[in-house]
Amino acid sequence: MALTGIEIFKLLPKTNCGDCGVPTCLAFAMSLASGKVELSACPHVSEEAKEKLSEASAPPILPVTIGTGDRALKIGGETVMFRHEKRFENPPGIAILIKDTMDDAEVSARLDKFKNLQYERVGLTLRPDLLAVKSESGDPQKFESVVGKVAQGSDGGIILMSDNPDVLAAGLKACADRKPLIYAATKDSVDKVAGMAKESSCPVAVKGSSLEEVAELTEKLTQAGLKNIVIDSGSRNPRQALEDQIIIRSAALNKKFRPLGFPTIIFPCEITGDPMKEALLASMFVAKYGGIIVLSDFYGESLFPLLVERMNIFTDPQRPLATKEGIYEVGSPGESAPVLITTNFSLTYFLVSGYLETSRVPSWLLVKDTEGLSVMTAWAAGKFSADIIAPFVKKCGIMDKVKHQKLIIPGYAAVESGGLEEELPGWEILVGPREGAHIPAYVKSWTP
Amino acid sequence: MAIEIPKTTYTGKIKEIKLGKDEKAVVVGGESCYPFYLFEGEMPHLPRIAMEVYDSPPEEWPEAALEPFAGITDDPAAWARKCIDDYGAEMLCLQLASTDPNGLDRGAKEAAEVVKKVADAVDVPLIVWGTANHDKDVEVFRKVTEVCHGKNLIIGPVEEGDHKQLGAAAIGYQHTVAASTPIDINLAKQLNILLGNLGVPDELIVMDPTVSGIGYGIEYAYSVMERMRMAALTQQDDKLQFPIICNIAKEVWKAKEAQISEKDDPTMGDAKKRGVLLEAMSAMCLLIAGADVLIMRHPEAIKLVKDMMAELTAA
Repeated sequence: MALTGIEIFKLLPKTNCGDCGVPTCLAFAMSLASGKVELSACPHVSEEAKEKLSEASAPPILPVTIGTGDRALKIGGETVMFRHEKRFENPPGIAILIKDTMDDAEVSARLDKFKNLQYERVGLTLRPDLLAVKSESGDPQKFESVVGKVAQGSDGGIILMSDNPDVLAAGLKACADRKPLIYAATKDSVDKVAGMAKESSCPVAVKGSSLEEVAELTEKLTQAGLKNIVIDSGSRNPRQALEDQIIIRSAALNKKFRPLGFPTIIFPCEITGDPMKEALLASMFVAKYGGIIVLSDFYGESLFPLLVERMNIFTDPQRPLATKEGIYEVGSPGESAPVLITTNFSLTYFLVSGYLETSRVPSWLLVKDTEGLSVMTAWAAGKFSADIIAPFVKKCGIMDKVKHQKLIIPGYAAVESGGLEEELPGWEILVGPREGAHIPAYVKSWTP
Repeated sequence: MAIEIPKTTYTGKIKEIKLGKDEKAVVVGGESCYPFYLFEGEMPHLPRIAMEVYDSPPEEWPEAALEPFAGITDDPAAWARKCIDDYGAEMLCLQLASTDPNGLDRGAKEAAEVVKKVADAVDVPLIVWGTANHDKDVEVFRKVTEVCHGKNLIIGPVEEGDHKQLGAAAIGYQHTVAASTPIDINLAKQLNILLGNLGVPDELIVMDPTVSGIGYGIEYAYSVMERMRMAALTQQDDKLQFPIICNIAKEVWKAKEAQISEKDDPTMGDAKKRGVLLEAMSAMCLLIAGADVLIMRHPEAIKLVKDMMAELTAA
């Protein structure tokens, strides 16, 4: 169990050397107890103390990695109940279900969806993470063959799903080097599955019929030396499943209850048969503490909103999302299309480009890097003034793309128009609307 | 292994506010725990969904959003009846889009006539939403509140810049105000205090934190609402213990992601289902952050959200 600050203090060198960055050993011990610092920050701690402290200093919800290489997925490692308290760390993995009873064509179709359904947004690629291969046949050979096909046909992380350890072992044979998540160790199979996970150094999920049973299972795995553990509380109705997620997170963070200090796996695909409802459940578990969310299938209309929501909720509240500086084309603008400039706060960019699209007037949108600040804040902070905008307009390349010399600036930066006309000789500076909503009307009446 | 179930210590409660009048009035608020944390406390009243009606035919809606209201978008009263009769609306929100000075700029008298007509045609609680242009909203709501005296409308957005005029009109003609602030917990609290100083009684106030949809900053609204609930329920901040109203539909459906066709981008899937899900999933996020009233548009999105609320509160 977790140690208190005083218990930790007793194991430290008590020299108050300050090398760890904290003035006293007692203060360091207190920080360690609350999970704010890592033990490794102290260069003088003894090996013996290290061992004793390793458990106490471990993060309250252990991080777990599934898969290898570029596509390795890290989940868990969360430190707060509410994102405004600090931030949510690791976005939940989104998985597509593939059953070993599906025919080749269907398996291939799902591998294609996994690969093709990805989206560019604010310079990031949003895509799903995992392929959950489930044994429905109960036949180890069949499972092994489908897992082999999935492993070959995709670089995503893999979840092996069966309640039969022999079937799991067969699947593991086909993809052990990919470090799949083995799902699941149950009351009946825990010893066998634990052995398998240990031998292959793969992450493993437990599935219980209650949180008590889950805690017993994770304790067994921990005693067997396993740390990469994922929890399925077994609940398959929305209310109970939500409650379990909250209790698991809270027990780990607020009570430092180690047996529940692991990321979770959630199965909207087993809660409902309706894909729309499934998407809604998934959207709830993105915000409320899901570690992996397994969906029965992928559809663009639900996967896209889900991936965007995930990005939104897991954005660091202290660091606004920014768009890349550059020239953005809306529609297919020609050499006499209007040129507008705005800042690179991602919401500003989305709104402005959205309104331009609504207007159906092909346009050039220049986005200036203002460190993720909106127009008003960037202007007030001196990051969106004439002497900064003008050099960007000159070097960004827009002058080679248009024949006219007119630049539309946001209404909130109107006072920069004089300065800009000085800095950009020959250019006419037009003051656009203050509100994005008025952009369509403005550009519709624009003439070069 | 025995597990000690951790529980939040709550010291406050959300005020219960009655909206509308007579038989079809609804009560919102009353929560003594975080949204849907039913193992810790109570949600005596499920959040409500108000269906949108527009005072003029919408111009830039995608096909999917228009289709359920085909043929009646030029008749707000018929539109309102359809929401109740065909889609089971328990509340309505009349959006006074045509009064926008940057749009049709319809006058106060005409707007008030439309509101009166809709209010007379329905018996469910009616929210009336302006354009957030202070001068115009003051003009419009002066008339609206007067001609609808006794209907207990919910009027919004009531902002710091027009709260005196709108607050006075609400007190005078007995309507509820939706106190609206730009995604900021301190400004929200301050406006509630200002309304209180003006003499608006607590039972006539709900809060609008300003929300946006998935992809357009929903995380800001999400966290501000969570902070409001935290302050209200665990820090006894009684100036934040008001039900929260979220005007979400128009934010969702105006986004280009709700409009683009499957033909133009096959990876985005079916356009109608995508629009419905963007609305329903955005609503779901706001619900678990603390929404008490959601203003929504598409009947299928509404049904999805209502069903989910029922399941999340099922015994």
